[in-house]
Amino acid sequence: MTPNDTHLLELRGFTKSFAGFPALNGVDFTLRAGEIHALLGENGAGKSTLIKTMTGVVARDAGTLTLAGEAIAPRSAEEATRAGIATVYQEVNLVPNLSVAQNLFLGRQPTRFGLVREREMRRRARELLAGFNLDIDVAAPLESYSVAVQHMVAIARAIDLSARVLILDEPTASLDAHEVENLFAVMRALAARGIGIVFVTHFLDQVYAVCDRITVLRNGRLAGSATTAELPRLELVRLMLGRELSEATATRAPVDRAEAAPVAAFTGFGKAGYVAPFDLALRPGHVVGLAGLLGSGRTETARLVFGAERADCGTATVAGAPVGLAAPREALALGFGYCPEERKTEGIVAELTVRENIVLALQARRGVLKPLSRREQDEIARRFIRLLDIRPPDPERPIGLLSGGNQQKALLARWLATDPRVLILDEPTRGIDVGAHAEIIRLIRALCAEGMALLVVSSELEEIVTYADEVIVLRDRAHVARLTGEAITVPGILAAIADEGAGAAPRAA
Amino acid sequence: MTLRLPRIGTSQIIALAAILAINWTVSPQFFDIRFQDGRLFGSLIDVLNRGAPVAILSLGMVLVIAMRGIDLSVGAVMAIAGAIAASLADSHPLPVVLAAALGAGLACGLWNGFLVAVLGIQPIVATLILMVAGRGIAQLITEGRIVTFTAPGLSWFGGGSVLGLPAPVAIALAMLALTLLVVRGTALGLMIEATGGNARASALAGVGTRAITLAVYAWSGLCAALAGIVAAADILGADANNAGLWLELDAILAVVIGGTSLFGGRFSVVLAVVGALIIQAMNTGILLSGFPPEMNLVVKAVVVLAVLLAQSPRLAGLGLLLRRKRP
Repeated sequence: MTPNDTHLLELRGFTKSFAGFPALNGVDFTLRAGEIHALLGENGAGKSTLIKTMTGVVARDAGTLTLAGEAIAPRSAEEATRAGIATVYQEVNLVPNLSVAQNLFLGRQPTRFGLVREREMRRRARELLAGFNLDIDVAAPLESYSVAVQHMVAIARAIDLSARVLILDEPTASLDAHEVENLFAVMRALAARGIGIVFVTHFLDQVYAVCDRITVLRNGRLAGSATTAELPRLELVRLMLGRELSEATATRAPVDRAEAAPVAAFTGFGKAGYVAPFDLALRPGHVVGLAGLLGSGRTETARLVFGAERADCGTATVAGAPVGLAAPREALALGFGYCPEERKTEGIVAELTVRENIVLALQARRGVLKPLSRREQDEIARRFIRLLDIRPPDPERPIGLLSGGNQQKALLARWLATDPRVLILDEPTRGIDVGAHAEIIRLIRALCAEGMALLVVSSELEEIVTYADEVIVLRDRAHVARLTGEAITVPGILAAIADEGAGAAPRAA
Repeated sequence: MTLRLPRIGTSQIIALAAILAINWTVSPQFFDIRFQDGRLFGSLIDVLNRGAPVAILSLGMVLVIAMRGIDLSVGAVMAIAGAIAASLADSHPLPVVLAAALGAGLACGLWNGFLVAVLGIQPIVATLILMVAGRGIAQLITEGRIVTFTAPGLSWFGGGSVLGLPAPVAIALAMLALTLLVVRGTALGLMIEATGGNARASALAGVGTRAITLAVYAWSGLCAALAGIVAAADILGADANNAGLWLELDAILAVVIGGTSLFGGRFSVVLAVVGALIIQAMNTGILLSGFPPEMNLVVKAVVVLAVLLAQSPRLAGLGLLLRRKRP
């Protein structure tokens, strides 16, 4: 990079409060042309708010925004896009049932005499995507492609809308390694064209792999900004957490427990076209990890075990007695809990308060006729907010206003409040920063020590290795390997995943 | 979906007060209340009395809407219940009459609930079926005539009084209390708000969303039947063609004025009733003012627009912006 290169996007003194809680406090941010700039911070540090205020989705209370030296004040994502700031969110904001080409040219389809020139549109879509190393059928509906492809289409659309600034909000959260590499190649190519890229991620490896500069937020303030070369990893983590990280890299504690009788056992359990029949035993104090590529059947296994999807073969027993597990209600009554992967659509009830979200499952198990008194609810909410350090610590705040990590903690609290025997966690640390990550792993260990049986789905193998007593590896919707004890290592899991038919990128089903 | 801080209903109460004040200016005797023959009389009492059927409907409708549903059939169910009550009134004892009419309403509600919760039909379509068919059923019951009755038991529901209050008002108040008890005294309210806010998440949290959906539509049917009995008792007869006609729209309007979103979630039973009173206060005011009743619909639309604008979070943001610009 040349010194004093052009400041493409400059934010000065960005400030925003939500109902009295400051979410951003005088934050400055500078993006240079042709730069890939990581925006990092813990959950609730203000990353999302910064992005939303800079793209006009949320009105800022104070601060100036200049793009290539010109002051701009976008009042909606659309205005921001027109000004040249495009955002691609983790949850792709496109129309799933329209074709790829239609999505790319939505609202600006090439027309002749008022009619859409479908063929022309497809030709241009193919051309556009070729620039992104993507050779797909552009006439197929977007939803028939994997999340990775959908992201690429969203980026292609954003770039084609003559974006000068591209904001990528956790684009890699659900991509596999190969897809991430592909995305990075595209990012580098775009940066070489002079586009400034803001990259929000929780994966520090990725930051060092692709970013030129790092800006760290903490508690709504600017914690620091430096080039990647000047900011060693330890220093970065210290900036993010504001304290030394002692435990994040702790290794696996040796487990030495007698095989307890399983609290829940599944034999030949499965559903045609969903997950091949499998055997699974969940023991008190044991953590079973489910590993595999995206779409390999991990989430599907979790959903079968919780009764969110009905198994069509096999048997399940809880404490020795056969059970039906036909619905989540049944699982709940048996003392199961399930934190789903899709926080927003299957987890939180956004408009209800943190308190109401936390007590929901417990109340559902007690039944409609035995309401928890407001005092009991307040007590439960306060206890878990303190225990899990949910921020801001306001039980009456609508949960939709919390950051992703804090929503996740509140969902954990929902299940912990029911005091479950079996807890199923689907990607508990997805989209969560280092600090909360370590906390959640610590929590998993603590729960396990208390004798809870855990089933954890995670795509972070290093993480699984630190807490699992048994790892089940899935591939193509079947359980293909079972690792225990010494065999649980990252290379071991990778080998099992890649055992045969390796390399094929999974398609989201 | 917008995220709001809890409402306290200021805009609804201001709207009601404003309309009552306007009524007072067009009719200075508006707030005069007389006590006569053991019963209160006056324009204000009239508003409460005439507003009672829609208020009772809104008690059911508010829960349905909070579940992200809608019940278009309540007007038709009123007609069915009224027709049954009127046809049986002079030949059967009161408990039988009530049981038959309310039972019919409950059955209608369960039918709607079955279509929505079990068969997964969209609420607007599912209840449209009964909205159309229900009026036909009512006409079959009355054999196309206007059935009148004289039984004093049933006529009490229209003309009787409790502690000076007209019976419809007392019934509406009792139903309001009962609804509040059922919804807020148990965990049902939380379950409804959770399901309306995010049905998938609630089902995964173990909420029996299907049973609650059934119960809520059944409740709406029951409320509609009661409103139908009150309406029939008021005119001492049942007119299958006109009983409860378009009242489903008034009930939906009452709920929306009461601040419950059609997208489900948070709801307020009390404010839905306030909404029903706002509607009736307008109707009465227009009658008193001597304006042609045709004006009614237009004025109603304007007032509804005003209340909704007052609740709009965007407009609030705009107001804030204007205020800030002035130094």
